[in-house]
Amino acid sequence: MTAVASKSEAAAPVPTTPAPRQVHKRKFNRREAVAGYLFIAPWIVGFLVFTLGAMIYSLVISFSRFNLAQNTATPVGFDNYNQLFEDPKVMMSLGNTLFFAILAVPLEIMFALFLAMLLNRVGRGAGIFRTLYYLPKMTPSVAAASVFLLLLNGNYGAINRGLALIGIQGPQWLTDPAWVKPSIVIMTLWGVSGTMIIFLAALKNVPRDLYEVASLDGAGKVRQFWNITVPMISGTIFFNVLVLTIAALQVFDQAFLLFWRNQTNASPEASLFYAVYLFQQAFRSFNFGFAAAMAWLIFVIIMIITFIQVKFGNRFVYYEGDKD
Amino acid sequence: MSNVIGTANATVDPRVQAIGVEESGGNPANDSRPVGETPGRVKDTIVKAILWVVLVAFAFGFLYPFLWLISASFKPRGEVFDNRIIPNTFNPQNYAEAWDKLPLLSWMGNSILIAVLAATLVTLSSSIVAFGFAYFKFPFRNQLFGLILATMMLPGAVTLIPTYLIWNNLHLVGTTVPLWGANLFGSAFYIFLQRQFFLGLPRELFEAARMDGASYWGLFWRIAAPLSIPSFIIVFIFEFQASWNNLQAPLIYLNFGSIENFTVPLGISYAMTAYSPGNGGQGDYQWVMVAAVIVTLPMLILFAFGQRYFIEGIATQGRKG
Repeated sequence: MTAVASKSEAAAPVPTTPAPRQVHKRKFNRREAVAGYLFIAPWIVGFLVFTLGAMIYSLVISFSRFNLAQNTATPVGFDNYNQLFEDPKVMMSLGNTLFFAILAVPLEIMFALFLAMLLNRVGRGAGIFRTLYYLPKMTPSVAAASVFLLLLNGNYGAINRGLALIGIQGPQWLTDPAWVKPSIVIMTLWGVSGTMIIFLAALKNVPRDLYEVASLDGAGKVRQFWNITVPMISGTIFFNVLVLTIAALQVFDQAFLLFWRNQTNASPEASLFYAVYLFQQAFRSFNFGFAAAMAWLIFVIIMIITFIQVKFGNRFVYYEGDKD
Repeated sequence: MSNVIGTANATVDPRVQAIGVEESGGNPANDSRPVGETPGRVKDTIVKAILWVVLVAFAFGFLYPFLWLISASFKPRGEVFDNRIIPNTFNPQNYAEAWDKLPLLSWMGNSILIAVLAATLVTLSSSIVAFGFAYFKFPFRNQLFGLILATMMLPGAVTLIPTYLIWNNLHLVGTTVPLWGANLFGSAFYIFLQRQFFLGLPRELFEAARMDGASYWGLFWRIAAPLSIPSFIIVFIFEFQASWNNLQAPLIYLNFGSIENFTVPLGISYAMTAYSPGNGGQGDYQWVMVAAVIVTLPMLILFAFGQRYFIEGIATQGRKG
C-alpha cells in the first residue's frame, strides 16, 4: 500500500492525482518514524539554526542598533524601519532594482523561449548549439564581468564598435545613467541558457499532433504559437517568470563588479541596486540593524510580488486535466 | 499555406497530408507519399538553411566574449583593448607574469578546497535527508517537506546578517568554514532533487533487503546510494559550480588580511581594480584576463564531462514548478 503511493508519485513528478489522504490516519510504525526523523535530523538542525533561528535573530536585529565590537544589540524600536523611508538611497536603489526586473524578466523570457524554439525546430544538430549556448551559464560572474567591462566600454568597446559598423553610435553603457540597467540586462541575457533549457524540456513535451491538427485547420505559425505552444507551456513560463523575478530583485554580482568594486563610479545613483546597498550597509558600514530592516523590506516586497504573480498566474496557466 | 513549412514533421499520415495539400491550394503531384512534393522540399531546405544561419549567428554571439577573453589573455599590455580576435602580437608570457604578480596558486587552492568540501558535504547531507523523506513514514512528513520547498523562496538577504553573526560568534570569520559549513545540513533544492530520484527506485528492493536483515542505514548506504550515483553527480557538480563561482560569500568572509586567502573570484575582483587603467590601477589588464581564463577553464571542463547531468538538473528545476 505504501509502495503504491510512493511509486505513483515517483513515476510522474508532473501533476498527477493528489496522493490519497488516508495516509494521515495510518498508524505510524514507531521504529520507522524514529529512523525517519534521524535521517532528516541534519536538515532540521540546519533549519532551526540557519533559517528559522536566523530569521528570528534578523528580526530582533532589525529593531536594534547592533554594536559588532561588543556584540550587543540595543533595542531602538522602529528607528531602522523609519530610516528606510528617510534614507533616499533605499527608495532609489529599490526603484533601480524594480526597473531592472521589469526590463530584464520579459526580455529573458522572450529570448530564452525564442532560442528554445529554434533549438526545438532544428532537430538533429541541436545538441552542439545547446552546448555552445550553455557555456555562458558556466562562466563565473567575475570572468564574465571582467570581459563585459571592456566589451561595454563606450569608447573602444567591441559592442559599440560593432554598432558603428551598421551606422549606430552606441551609448556610454557604463557611465551614462540611462544605460546602466540595459548594460546589466545584456550581461543577463548572455547567460539566459538555464531558462532556455527549461523551456526546451517543456517544448519537447508538447504533443506533435496538436500542431498537425491545427495546421490542417489552416492555423498559421503565429496562431499555432499563441493557441498551442503558449498554453501548453504556460506552467513553465509561469515558473520561469517567478524564478527570474526573484533573481532579478536580488541582482548583486554584475552590479557590484561593474560599478562598486571601488570608489570610482561614474553613475553612483543609477547603478545602486538594492542588494548592493544592503551589502554596503551591512559589511562596509556595519549598520547591521538598518541592513536587517532593509532585508525584511525586500522580503516583504518579494512576497507581495510573488503573491500577485501567483494570483495572476493561476488564471493564465493552462492545466491539463486537473489542478495540483 | 504556411503549413507547408510544417510538413517535415507531418509526414506520418498520407491521408492527413493529402488534405493539407488540398487546403493549401493544390499540388497535383502530391497525392501519395512525400516523394512527389518537391516545392515543399525546397521550401523546407530554405527554412532549414535560414534556421542554421540564425543558430550559428547566435552561437557566435554567445562565444564572442570567450574568444575575446582568450585572445586578450595573450596580448601585450598595449593591445589588450584592441578587440582583435587574433592577437597582433602573441604574448604567452602573460601567463608566467600573472602567475608571478597574482597568488593564483593560493587562490585556486582555496577555491578548490572550498568547492570540494561544499559539494561533498551537501551531496551527502542532502541525500541522507532526502532518503528520510523518500523512504520513511513519520508524522508531519509532508508538512516538513513543504517547509523545505518553502525555504527555497526565502531571499538570502534575510538570513545574511544573522548567519554572519553566527560565524562571527564562533570566531570563524576569516576562515573558509562559513563558505561550506552550512552545507552539513543539506540544501532545499538538492533534497528535493534527490528525493525525486529515490522515489523512482523500486520499493521491493528495500523490502527484500529488510528481509535479509539490513539496517535502515544499510538501506540507504548499500542500496539507495549506489543506485543513485547519477543524482549524486548532479548535486555535486551543481554545488561545485555554485561554490566555485560564488563572489558574495568570499567578499563577506575572506575579504581582509592577506590576499593569499582569497578565492579566485574574489582575487579577480581585486585584480580588476588593481590592474585596470584609469582607476589608479596600472593598466596591466592582460593579467586579469589570464586570471579570468583560469577561473573559467575548470567550469568548461566540468561541463564537458558533466553536460548531461547539468542539462538534466536544470530540466528538473523546471519540473518542480
